[in-house]
Amino acid sequence: MATQEIYYIPEGSKWPIVGTLSLFVTFLGGAMMFNSVDAGKYVLIIGLALLTYMFAGWFADVIAESIAGKYSKQVDVSFRMGMGWFILSEVMFFAAFFGALYYARMFSIPWLSGEGQGGHNGTHEFLWSSFQASWPMNVMPDPAKYTQYKDVVPAFGVPAINTALLLASGVTVTFAHWALKKANRTALSAWLFATVALGFIFVYFQAGEYAHAMNDLDLTINGGIYGSTFYLLTGFHGFHVTMGAVMLAVILFRSLKGHFSKKDHFAFEAVAWYWHFVDVVWLGLFIFVYWI
Amino acid sequence: MSTIAHDDHHDHKPTGLKRWFFSTNHKDIGTLYLIFALTMFFIGGAMAMIIRAELFQPGLQFVDPQFYNSMVTVHALIMIFGAVMPAGVGLANWMIPLMIGAPDMALPRMNNMSFWILPFAFALLLSTLFMDGGAPAGGWTMYPPLVLQTGDAFPFLIFAVHFLGISSIMGAINIIATVFNMRAPGMTLMQMPLFVWTWVITSFLLIASLPVLAGGVTMLLTDKYFGTSFFDAAGGGDPVLFQHIFWFFGHPEVYILALPAFGIVSQIIPAFARKPLFGYASMVYATASIAILSFFVWAHHMFTVGLPIKGELFFMYATMLIAVPTGVKVFNWIATMWKGSMTFETPMLFSVAFVILFTIGGFSGLMLGITPVDFQYHDTYFVVAHFHYVLLTGAIFALMAAAYYWLPKWTGNMYDERLGKIHFWLSLISSNVLFFPQHFLGLAGMPRRIPDYNIQFADFNMISSIGGFAYGITQLLFVYIVIKCAMGGKKARARSWDGAKGLEWEVPSPAPFHTFETPPKLTKKVLESLY
Repeated sequence: MATQEIYYIPEGSKWPIVGTLSLFVTFLGGAMMFNSVDAGKYVLIIGLALLTYMFAGWFADVIAESIAGKYSKQVDVSFRMGMGWFILSEVMFFAAFFGALYYARMFSIPWLSGEGQGGHNGTHEFLWSSFQASWPMNVMPDPAKYTQYKDVVPAFGVPAINTALLLASGVTVTFAHWALKKANRTALSAWLFATVALGFIFVYFQAGEYAHAMNDLDLTINGGIYGSTFYLLTGFHGFHVTMGAVMLAVILFRSLKGHFSKKDHFAFEAVAWYWHFVDVVWLGLFIFVYWI
Repeated sequence: MSTIAHDDHHDHKPTGLKRWFFSTNHKDIGTLYLIFALTMFFIGGAMAMIIRAELFQPGLQFVDPQFYNSMVTVHALIMIFGAVMPAGVGLANWMIPLMIGAPDMALPRMNNMSFWILPFAFALLLSTLFMDGGAPAGGWTMYPPLVLQTGDAFPFLIFAVHFLGISSIMGAINIIATVFNMRAPGMTLMQMPLFVWTWVITSFLLIASLPVLAGGVTMLLTDKYFGTSFFDAAGGGDPVLFQHIFWFFGHPEVYILALPAFGIVSQIIPAFARKPLFGYASMVYATASIAILSFFVWAHHMFTVGLPIKGELFFMYATMLIAVPTGVKVFNWIATMWKGSMTFETPMLFSVAFVILFTIGGFSGLMLGITPVDFQYHDTYFVVAHFHYVLLTGAIFALMAAAYYWLPKWTGNMYDERLGKIHFWLSLISSNVLFFPQHFLGLAGMPRRIPDYNIQFADFNMISSIGGFAYGITQLLFVYIVIKCAMGGKKARARSWDGAKGLEWEVPSPAPFHTFETPPKLTKKVLESLY
């Protein structure tokens, strides 16, 4: 306790209110677009621009404070807890979509085809009595309403390559961390660059797969519950990879500027945690969406 | 003890608008939360008045049914997300740093953002009252396919929910980081005041449940605008899937509203019984058990949708289990009072009423949790009576108790005790006149969420409405008491209540702008004297 330092409490800051406003404008623009208001997209763009401005400004403040040595060990622990629990909330967001996937496969599709309740399932008899369960479900209970697709994206094509890319990026980011802890700045930047590159290659391949699925396989978001879960799960994951890769790029930029020390580099670690989280989500996707 | 109360020598405050918009001070942000919650309490309350006016007599009197449904929907959203949750977070903001000897919340800037999101999120939601198709009218539970028929309000509803979720998650992360990282050296987890414990457990519920709701409403959005079929059987989905996702959030949400209330009365009852809390450790474990169990009972909200029988049984028994830790809590509160030197100032009155009336709400909850009888009670006024006992005479009574208990610490003045007691008795009587007859209405078969009803339900509805108006008017008295207290009155001592224990009573009243900038020295001896 003798070593107890004073916990750094920042002075008043404009960033929280700028952040709030930017989210408000973004949501407002989005809602206007859904209601077919023409000005919506401009409002949305203003909101996103404000959001970017907020992130840049807020993090610039935090980085400046960190470099000025205002953060004690205890502040560092607060940041770590903040990032850790934020990632848990992200895990739960994905859990909702995985839950929907499991529910469709285990319950709603079998029930629609007459399983359950001892075979006396009214849903099946009264709605679409000819519907047969299958997975991937490419014959819709009501074919008039949803688009039938020719095929789904096979697991052991580009998705398997993407798995390898992401797993490799998890390794390279760890090499970068080891290099940082040994103060080997060249290796740090090189491995970070490799990680960012792998991330963006993943996104590029994923975009290619989307184009292939939509154009050649007729697999769209309108493709029933398979299309819904496929695009929402991989789409949100792809968005998170993109964000993670941008964050890694920022870390690369900062490491080139000479930021981070052997012992003090929480921003690096936070982004690395985030990257591993994105990696683990992908493994779940690869297994449950593509493979089995 | 004055060694603990760190006298602040540079109590400088930012001034003007910057103080509030740019704030990084847990007390100011706490005050903002509390004022916002009280404001929303009256907006949501005004909607409840419209509902009760329409139900005063059978037939359609004042509003058209669509608008009535909007009132039911928005009243619930406001009271849950705008009144009870923000009031709880406001108390957490004000009291947790004081209770654990921390200089502020762990992440003060994020704290400010968690608050300021709220008025903007409700601006999104309330703007829908003026849109084509009106405000959302499909119930706060947002079940598809009904909710997909919402007009222009639909994306605003969804984004408001996202926005509020962001606020709550940031608030929860902040509380967890504060409690685990900012305690004064020497204070172990099992020495924390129970209010702190209940809030840290509530925060875990928030972090684990709100993102699931965000996912669910995102699926609603894509179902409506992008052609997905999560909740459409024609594409292999299932409307019931939404109910699973919603209640996976919704049931923990019930405890997000209730657990801080448990924490509040666990602070107040020992203070006015002048005895330490009975069974502290069992209180902590009971709170944690309730929180964990809350993730395994969600389908008891869905017994009538046609779940497999095994599922209904599982969720029935899991629900019954929650009665065990809740019983432990009620037992401990009563045992704390047993042979205590009790006095009944307003916070204690509200707390004792909480114990009794929350228990009534708990028992009607047990009835609803029994699958076969729920088939009769489901979606009737019995459910409305049940959750209003838990939320109004439960959570809101506890929040009122907290306000009276800590007002001296916040303002430096004692509130008018005579008016406080009048407020309590009027609230107690009117809320029971309001909600008790609704049990009978529900058992007799009156459905909820409907502006008109059969003539046989007329008498009880009229009684209920009279109670409702009385309760609504009574709450204006609370505003008067709070303003009067803030303006002046008898000066409060640092320890405003004889039996009040804890670090928050070691700092002066009103609490200085900055407290515990250097942590207090908590030796074993000091801690023993604190509790």
